[in-house]
Amino acid sequence: MFKPLILILMGGVLINNYVLQQFLGICPFLGVSKKINQAVGMGVAVTFVMLVATAATWPIYNYILFPKYAYLQTIVFILVIATLVQFVEIVLKRFIPSLFKALGVYLPLITTNCAVLGVAINNISDGFNFVESIVSSLGVGLGFLLAMVLFAGVRSRMENIKTLKSFQGLPVTLIAASIVALSFYGFSGVIEGLLA
Amino acid sequence: MDMKILIPVLIGLTISVICGVVLTVASRLFAVKEDEKFLNIRDCLPGANCGACGYSGCDGYAKALSSGEIDATNLCVPGGDGAAKQIADVLGVEAEDVIEKVAYVACNGNCDAAPRKVEYHGPQSCRIANMNYNGDKFCTFSCLGYGDCVAVCSQDAISIENGVAKVDPEKCVGCGACTRVCPNKVIHIVDAASRVKVLCSNHDKGAVTRKACANGCIACGKCERTCPNGAIKVEHNLAVIDYEKCTGCGECAEACPIKCIELKNF
Repeated sequence: MFKPLILILMGGVLINNYVLQQFLGICPFLGVSKKINQAVGMGVAVTFVMLVATAATWPIYNYILFPKYAYLQTIVFILVIATLVQFVEIVLKRFIPSLFKALGVYLPLITTNCAVLGVAINNISDGFNFVESIVSSLGVGLGFLLAMVLFAGVRSRMENIKTLKSFQGLPVTLIAASIVALSFYGFSGVIEGLLA
Repeated sequence: MDMKILIPVLIGLTISVICGVVLTVASRLFAVKEDEKFLNIRDCLPGANCGACGYSGCDGYAKALSSGEIDATNLCVPGGDGAAKQIADVLGVEAEDVIEKVAYVACNGNCDAAPRKVEYHGPQSCRIANMNYNGDKFCTFSCLGYGDCVAVCSQDAISIENGVAKVDPEKCVGCGACTRVCPNKVIHIVDAASRVKVLCSNHDKGAVTRKACANGCIACGKCERTCPNGAIKVEHNLAVIDYEKCTGCGECAEACPIKCIELKNF
């Protein structure tokens, strides 16, 4: 019973890694991966928002929009996700100020992160049920966290190398990101083999 | 036919209204009481979040002011005197003018004073010249005079005179771009009002400095003994001025046997 769930989870982390395989959420991936603790903060925040967003959007789609008004999903999802993020921010500020401070500016930034909308829409187009959707968004979130942490490590090494002037800054960062993404192709097919 | 449009619109409207109500209720219900002083101070600041005050942004500065952590109301450079005055009104203290900053080159090893150990024919850039055995002068702490700072200055305030960079304080706005580009870090940012400056960055012992440059600080300590306020100290073989204590009397400049302390008269 748990095997398909584990497959979905590991698939989200390694095989269908949103950042490195599907190229969603590149903006925070490049923007907030300079320091490893910031990268972890952003990754945890995204994972959390993905979980909450999936828990809210799945019922809305399946009980209100489906099947007649399915075309409304994008606009409704964006609305719901933005509200949720704001709501979470208000609640955190009141009850867990330390966590609010740690997440800082990342929390409102996640509102417009396409990876969050992507996971909500993909869960529905993959035909997952509620539990599978939650597990899938957890996996995707953890995959995002993994990619952020890995890349923060790569970037901290990159600060110490000498680069051609024309490659300094973003160009060399993108090249490094593509090499990290390439390494993730090695995971295709590994998970099914491990659990077989 | 009409229902085809009406129902989706209603669905969207309902969800938006629910979202709006939830957020409004939540923001009232879970409102965190912000310090009124903090809010008032934040309104005075320009909101540019530039970080010139030394805090993470306008919020950080406003917080430091409202909590009494600091009492300097004049740290906001973009806001200028206007913002300083407004903040001072909120806090009920006397406003001070925004302190203008200016760059100066802590080296006077010009072509006459500092001999060169090699003849350098490479690219005319301090950074590249410095990679080649720390530049072509005997003094390895010196201004190399190839004008990286001249190139980076947006105000056209720096020029190379007799092999050493000179800052025109009239044009300089104290942005600090030159301090970051100088490979030997000989350019410093100080308050525009400070009169006394040490024109040397050499940390070698006196005898070594003397051989490398006729205008270098030999760390004799005469300035330290002369200063009535204890504002100048020889640290690591170099005279360093503590601008918090310095009154600008200029006695150190008079006492210095090398004349490497500059006294500027207004």
